Amino acid sequence: MKQEYIISAYSENHIGLLNRITIIFTRRKVNIESLTVSESALAGISKFTIVVNEEKEKVVNIVKQIEKLIEVLKAFYHTNDEMIFQEIALYKVPTQALMDSDQIEKMIRSHNARILEITKEYTVIEKTGHKEETQALFEGLNQFGVLQFIRSGRIAITRSPIERLSEFLRERDTLFTKLEAKIKYY
Amino acid sequence: MTTKNEKIKNNPKEPVEMSGSEAMIRSLVAEGVDTIFGYPGGAIMPIYDALYDFGHHVKHVLVRHEQGAVHAAQGYARVSGKVGVCFATSGPGATNLITGIADAMIDSTPLVCITGQVTSGLLGTDAFQESDVIGISMPVTKWNYQITSTDEIPEAIAKAFYIASTGRPGPVLLDITKDAQFGKLQFLYEKCTKIRSYVPEFPTNKKHLKNAADLINAAKKPYLIYGQGVLLSGAEKELLSFIEKTGIPAASTLLGISALDSDHPLNMGMLGMHGNYAPNIKTNECDVLIAIGMRFDDRVTGSISTYAKQAKVIHIEIDPAEIDKNIKTEVAILGDAKHTLRLLTTLVDDKKHPEWVNEFHVARKKEEDKVIVHDLKPTKSGLTMGEVVRLSTDLTKNQAIIVTDVGQNQMAAARYARFSNSRSWVTSGGLGTMGFGLPAAIGAKFGAPDKEVILFAGDGGIQMTVQELGTISQEKLPVKIVILNNDFLGMVRQWQELFFEKRYSFTEITSPDFVKLAAAYGIPGATVSERKDIESAMKSMIDAKGPYLLEVKIEQEDNIFPMVPAGGSVSKCLLGPDEL
Repeated sequence: MKQEYIISAYSENHIGLLNRITIIFTRRKVNIESLTVSESALAGISKFTIVVNEEKEKVVNIVKQIEKLIEVLKAFYHTNDEMIFQEIALYKVPTQALMDSDQIEKMIRSHNARILEITKEYTVIEKTGHKEETQALFEGLNQFGVLQFIRSGRIAITRSPIERLSEFLRERDTLFTKLEAKIKYY
Repeated sequence: MTTKNEKIKNNPKEPVEMSGSEAMIRSLVAEGVDTIFGYPGGAIMPIYDALYDFGHHVKHVLVRHEQGAVHAAQGYARVSGKVGVCFATSGPGATNLITGIADAMIDSTPLVCITGQVTSGLLGTDAFQESDVIGISMPVTKWNYQITSTDEIPEAIAKAFYIASTGRPGPVLLDITKDAQFGKLQFLYEKCTKIRSYVPEFPTNKKHLKNAADLINAAKKPYLIYGQGVLLSGAEKELLSFIEKTGIPAASTLLGISALDSDHPLNMGMLGMHGNYAPNIKTNECDVLIAIGMRFDDRVTGSISTYAKQAKVIHIEIDPAEIDKNIKTEVAILGDAKHTLRLLTTLVDDKKHPEWVNEFHVARKKEEDKVIVHDLKPTKSGLTMGEVVRLSTDLTKNQAIIVTDVGQNQMAAARYARFSNSRSWVTSGGLGTMGFGLPAAIGAKFGAPDKEVILFAGDGGIQMTVQELGTISQEKLPVKIVILNNDFLGMVRQWQELFFEKRYSFTEITSPDFVKLAAAYGIPGATVSERKDIESAMKSMIDAKGPYLLEVKIEQEDNIFPMVPAGGSVSKCLLGPDEL
């Protein structure tokens, strides 16, 4: 059964790694619903957050293939309920529409959105939330004509109390010590 | 005054200033590289210039096409167990390597491919002979990296060799800009021993090992299938000890051939689409299936929904991504075959399974009567591929290295060649690259100069890379070439006969006079078409001191059987076209 999964991958911050990761999806004809890359809590380590709508088996295979990349430290997959996640959306509406009625103001209040900038021509509104929430605000505002709209990729954090990567890096140090004795060469 | 050749013997212990190109060659020498297959061109000229001074340490083999260089490097790596190295220039030189790199990727062959690149300032400007070789090779390399600064050279080479040769081996490509080759650096070489984001192998999980041993000890009909992982980890002896202790019959994948002596009583032959009958059908009759260093390729499993459903599957594998990829396992042990088998052997009981082994013999008899006898002792006049192959290994007492191209010639060789020594079999498995054979045979001969190297190629495949006769000629390399000529693209023709109502769409192929072609390159040869002449012709070929080409005109519309049709069940391994 297809469902939404959040794939998180931690990697060295090297040129070309985004391409290496995305071709794993392309080759299997899996569409990436959303993608966010940025530096993680650990300096020099990038975090990829990738959302796909796929069957579990395929997701497991993809995660293993990502982890197989030389510069990837670790990859995980989670269902939506295992993570806390957010997206951010920006909306540009004509300022005149705000002037004409109080409906937009009410919408901003009820959606917990906020105004970032107001000019004579336009007003920029920001909202964070799940896709359904940012979409609902879009539909509301669009009654008055949204001039521009943009939604970010998803960012997500696990429900466990610590960064799993730090734990993982400690484990890996122990692993390397164990392996050091028996790494072989041709 | 010491010459450069003398200096190289002692790689500097303190940093020494030199050019990037010289550092590149010294790094290769430090990694133990003795042979490079390549082709020069504009963007790699500084490296070739440096190479000119190192002739006594590194043998460079000038091929006739870059595809030849990469396949030769593969052949070299397969027989020697070392990393194969090839050089090519930027643009077309680099793109010509891609087929071989893809082949090495799917067949886990350790390679370091070095390509020249335009000067870093010209990157992305569509400069002359610029191609995005990093982008192009990304999906088919274990790792690739572009060197744009001279200082990076020693570390990049060290990483390349470490990555190519450890864990599940594979091809690595280094693309080096011309300015990085020209620049100067303070050279000091250190081997790479660790990359924090890369774990070549995991420590053996004792619990999984114990679970596997329990399953094996309780099994009534255990069956072991092994792949190239046994060869790559050097686990031949461990495999032998394991099967001899447990009495478990064993069969190999196409790439596992030669890991176990062909004459060993527990060696049941080859798995897969054109493998032996018993190994295929017994897969669906065993109770415990032990898979070692193999990846359950579709050519081995046929339809996975009917594959070994009755069996508990134990998978010993170094690559975590292969576990449960195609076949779900009962017990998976991550680790290299050598180490894992050694540990597992201590935990299993001494046993014999005479009745179960006899079932294999009964099935083998069926294949012998219906297929093998017709291939090896034919009554019809045309020569069969099988008898030609078997004659070659009989005459060389199973000591030769057999290299093949792809197609019927390959399957006939896999089925009928016999091997006493490990790493004696070189073939393109996963990618099935026609044209692989001739250059791979060149590499194999450089990798094992004391062994007889015999190539079996079809009339189609040989013509894909036939220009490498020039390389053989220039090197006076004693490679023995057997062309099994049926005037057809035989394997495709076989499928057309069996599955496309004999509509032979574009599979009839003409060939040049191969003996005359060889003669034009100064290579002696002969053509044989009759059974009475084959033995003496084969002997003349083997006795030849230099290269030799033997064209054998074989039965035109011969088929390879047994056959598990694509997507079929291994239980339905057909012994002839009448069973379709």
